[in-house]
Amino acid sequence: MVTISNITKTYNKRTTLAVDDISFTVNEGELFGLIGPDGAGKTSIFRMLTTLLLPDKGTAFVNGFDIVKDYRSIRNCVGYMPGKFSLYQDLTVEENLNFFATVFDTTIKENYDLVKDIYIQIEPFKTRRAGKLSGGMKQKLALCCALIHKPTVLFLDEPTTGVDAVSRKEFWEMLKRLKQQGITILVSTPYMDEAMLCERIALIQTGKILSINTPEIITRQYPENIYAVKSNSMSKLLYNLRESELIDSCNTFGEFHHITFKNDNEFSQSTLLEFLRLNNHQSIVLKPIQPTIEDCFIRLMNK
Amino acid sequence: MNQFFTFVRKEFYHVFRDGKTMLMLFGMPIAQILLFGFALTNEVKNTKIVICDYANDISSQQIINKIEISNNFEIQKIILSHKQIEDAFKEGNIKIVIVFPANFINDLLQFNTAQIQIIADASDPNTATTLTNYVSSIIAIYQQGLIKNTTIPYQIIPEIRMMYNPELKGVTNFVPGVMALVLMLVCVLMTSVSIVREKERGTMEVLLVSPFNPFLVIISKAVPYFLLSLVNLSVILLLSVLLLEMPLNGSILLLYVESSILILTALSLGLLISNVTDSQQSAMLISLMGMLLPTMIFTGFMFPIENMPLPLQIISNVVPSRWYYIIVKSIMIKGLGFGAIWKETLILSGMTVFLLVVSFKKFKIRLE
Repeated sequence: MVTISNITKTYNKRTTLAVDDISFTVNEGELFGLIGPDGAGKTSIFRMLTTLLLPDKGTAFVNGFDIVKDYRSIRNCVGYMPGKFSLYQDLTVEENLNFFATVFDTTIKENYDLVKDIYIQIEPFKTRRAGKLSGGMKQKLALCCALIHKPTVLFLDEPTTGVDAVSRKEFWEMLKRLKQQGITILVSTPYMDEAMLCERIALIQTGKILSINTPEIITRQYPENIYAVKSNSMSKLLYNLRESELIDSCNTFGEFHHITFKNDNEFSQSTLLEFLRLNNHQSIVLKPIQPTIEDCFIRLMNK
Repeated sequence: MNQFFTFVRKEFYHVFRDGKTMLMLFGMPIAQILLFGFALTNEVKNTKIVICDYANDISSQQIINKIEISNNFEIQKIILSHKQIEDAFKEGNIKIVIVFPANFINDLLQFNTAQIQIIADASDPNTATTLTNYVSSIIAIYQQGLIKNTTIPYQIIPEIRMMYNPELKGVTNFVPGVMALVLMLVCVLMTSVSIVREKERGTMEVLLVSPFNPFLVIISKAVPYFLLSLVNLSVILLLSVLLLEMPLNGSILLLYVESSILILTALSLGLLISNVTDSQQSAMLISLMGMLLPTMIFTGFMFPIENMPLPLQIISNVVPSRWYYIIVKSIMIKGLGFGAIWKETLILSGMTVFLLVVSFKKFKIRLE
């Protein structure tokens, strides 16, 4: 459905490299995630695929259409939701939806079943101006507008950034339902926890792809055992862990620090616990865990 | 077509829901026409007048009486020497002097013709014209009174002299100028800002990724401003005719057609500006700076173009309002028809076509 081969994109007269020789394929009906921090090149990729930017090098096809030559055909069949809220703030919810339906030469009625689940949630506010909606509501409206013409491929650039946890969850539920309707979805997010919700993901950093696979395989491919450590003094613990000769890597994740050992064996673990007790740590917890996408990302990033 | 109308309706929503836009669109022109108009049409009441009466006979006395009882004048003093006139003006406060020649009544009775000299301070051209007109009409009324009871065709000829500004630029020059200025400013500013706003808010990004033809985006943006500018034009015309007593001698229809051409020129210029700018502020700055000054200077209503050095005269040719100014003056004041202004119309239309072609060529179908 979407094929990208050796795409490179630079800005400022080729001085800033945004996307560096990237290739990947998104299959039909897939929910594909581009995972990476701000500035990784996610938006540039989206804008090239939606024909808004021209690549410096490489080729890409959406629905079999070339992104440079057949830009008109692509614009007919894709739905695009930019990272920034891009609807008319001074138009009401209903007016926005009507407007975009007409722009795509269709009506709300015609494709209502596709947006029904989402639209029902914002319908009570249909006479409210879009600018006056909450963040989650805005995203739902934007999604409705991007869906109203029944696109075959949907590009969602950071749809959950700046949205509260509950709305984010709801949003992903909606994407799953859309996927069931056969729409190919390409979504980007800086939130690693959302990666698990995609079928396949590409981890990207500074314009390069670090890894592409299903989230399960990516986490399974983590080569070492990973442990979570906790004590009564977390900041001191971090300092001590980084100081310790036994530790290979140590990163903070919420209430735990995730560590890997240089030599992963029983002896290393007991030596570490001994070392921590000596440094006056109390209620120490050390347990093996499954690596998360973020662990994988950090590992790939530091490689 | 349905798409187009939806788009136009959306543009109207944008305009009517934004107080600032409304103010700019309708407040600014009204304020400008009133400011320019009234700054130049001071109420001429109780103006101090000096009379230099060499004649001092019944006839001159009668005229002086008539002047005295009119609301417009207040006789400051009666002097008896020409030399003092210059001094009276220099002392200030004096706007006008009337000189009766020594044998005024004799001339009138013997030759049936007499002269009165009216000298006005034309540094404020508009007031000067108004004042001389007042005096002339008072004299005319007196003259009619003389003729009524006799068959002798008595004639008093006022000989008007403008001091300090013999060229006499007045309100009739200003209103067409302000019309050109307002239409240029409002249209250029409004279109450029409204398109750049779509870019700035990111909605252009969504519109581009749609089957919607970008040219239609542009045209449907121009339609509301075109219509609203015509409303604006009507307001300006009403104000200048009713309030500022601007004559409207020619065809109104022709005036509207010609104004439509100028509005189109301005809209396409706004389009061009919106293509090369990325923020509403810069679009606004370029429109204001790039429009206000050249329009003010090169239209000809503030500084006569004939008096400019040659290079500036050449530059003035590319300012659209310069041609529109000539057109409006010809229609409103001289009452001329299309035959007299076809050349200017052609130039203006040529400019519009040129600007439209350039801005369509420059329109970006992508973000870069």
